Amino acid sequence: MENAAGEIGARFYTGLRYIGGLAWLLADALYFIFIAPFTGRKLRVRGEPVLEQMVRVGFASLGIVCLVQLFIGVVIALQLANLLKTFGIKEYVGSVVGLGIFRELGPLMTAMVMAGYAGAAMSAELGTMAVSEEIEALRALAISPVRYLVVPRLIAAALMIPCVTMVGDFVGVLGGMGIAWTVLHISPDLFIQKMLETLVTSDVVVGIFKSWVFAILIALIACFEGLRVDSGAEGVGKAATRSVVYSIVMIISADCVFAAVFRILLGR
Amino acid sequence: MSEELKKPILVRNLVKRFGDQLVLEDLNFHVNKGEILVIMGGSGCGKSTLLRLLIGAMRPTSGSIEMLGTDLTRLDEEGLDELRKKTGILFQSGALFNSMTVGENIALPLKEHTKLSADVIGIMVKMKLEMVGLRDFEHLKPSEISGGMKKRVGLARAMALDPQIMFYDEPSAGLDPVASAMIDELMMDLNKKTGVTSIVVTHDMGSAFKIAHRMILLFKGRAVAVGTPAEIRSSADPLVQQFINGLADGPIPLRVSRKDYAEDLLEPFIERF
Repeated sequence: MENAAGEIGARFYTGLRYIGGLAWLLADALYFIFIAPFTGRKLRVRGEPVLEQMVRVGFASLGIVCLVQLFIGVVIALQLANLLKTFGIKEYVGSVVGLGIFRELGPLMTAMVMAGYAGAAMSAELGTMAVSEEIEALRALAISPVRYLVVPRLIAAALMIPCVTMVGDFVGVLGGMGIAWTVLHISPDLFIQKMLETLVTSDVVVGIFKSWVFAILIALIACFEGLRVDSGAEGVGKAATRSVVYSIVMIISADCVFAAVFRILLGR
Repeated sequence: MSEELKKPILVRNLVKRFGDQLVLEDLNFHVNKGEILVIMGGSGCGKSTLLRLLIGAMRPTSGSIEMLGTDLTRLDEEGLDELRKKTGILFQSGALFNSMTVGENIALPLKEHTKLSADVIGIMVKMKLEMVGLRDFEHLKPSEISGGMKKRVGLARAMALDPQIMFYDEPSAGLDPVASAMIDELMMDLNKKTGVTSIVVTHDMGSAFKIAHRMILLFKGRAVAVGTPAEIRSSADPLVQQFINGLADGPIPLRVSRKDYAEDLLEPFIERF
């Protein structure tokens, strides 16, 4: 019993230290984004690597996010078709699909895909650089790895993942609309009308905000894991795996907190 | 000439511990301006740790390292960065950025730390590459060149900002004799032409005696011998003789375990009873 309590305590402590490490990295990155460029020292963040990362994070994963979102829209509509029919409110399928995707599943599923797609790639790339002494070489050249490697990835993720989420949301709604039309015989007009009746601006804004926070979590965890690799190929593999698993856990935990906070703040 | 200009590196009472393990024990030495100092020692003698302390990648437990007149153990990351711009390091693997071409690798410190235009940086990259004899390789990726070439590019990159002090980490490790000799020549040539003060960490005796102005032999975290190559060669210390002649017999123990052998073997039984 004592052992179990000790074990839980140790795990909790490790978890806290991990979050502390992430916070430290975020603070460092924020310093280089918002403060360092104005200190007069030559510490600007260059646009070129940010653009390069934006292309990698955004465009490369757009297709797969759209595919996943399309299926999510289809699944929600299909699963709810019978239920809504039983209650005689099948025309509300648009409301359910719209709310479900814009507010919850769109940001969440996109973040999951991005954690596996962009996050794993980031941590593997930085991990490989750490193993081949490249990170140490950057430090020796008086170039901060946080400024040179982490900041562009963080900015790119924070800008692109919400955009990809929005595109994915629309594709998801299209999927749901397709099923509503073919299976429930609800015209796209009615589907959209019901969706717009239910959705309020705050739902969409909350969805985008959540996706923005998830994006920062993904990039931060990926870079943190990548930078702390210290041994060979095995270390790189472990870092990539950990970055995906921890990102997903953090995303869902954050989503849980958001659900509670926005319920209190917005009443929905 | 003031003291700091004559002795760009001054190490005093340097101690480094990792937990219970004492890696460097009260190390004192200096490097004269324009000199090549070779730090020798077997594996695990603390020479890599010493190098990491000298480049500010690690903090000592106690003692001071004065570099170009400032004690780097007291500097924050910002101060260290200013110092790092005046020093260069050639890593054991070359540590080139694999996603960039050879030319981009050398251009990086110039782009980051100077206000030079792209054209001027282009010219400087060509000059640095010519210095290491690799001008035709500017557009190749590190994966497309040999190990020896990677080190030469690494050297060109380390020299990009014309440092006053250069560190070399095992410059001949993993190279064939010819490539290794080329690196030796380059180090001596750079030292002669630019007057850069150099610290070379190595266990390659041939290379060490060829390039050194002065040498230090580290053993178990202590400097057991300091002197010119001729002084070291004629040293009466059996430990020095064993090391520089690469002999298996001598005061350097074959076994490095600290525990008693019998105690180690009986450990599971002792614990049980």
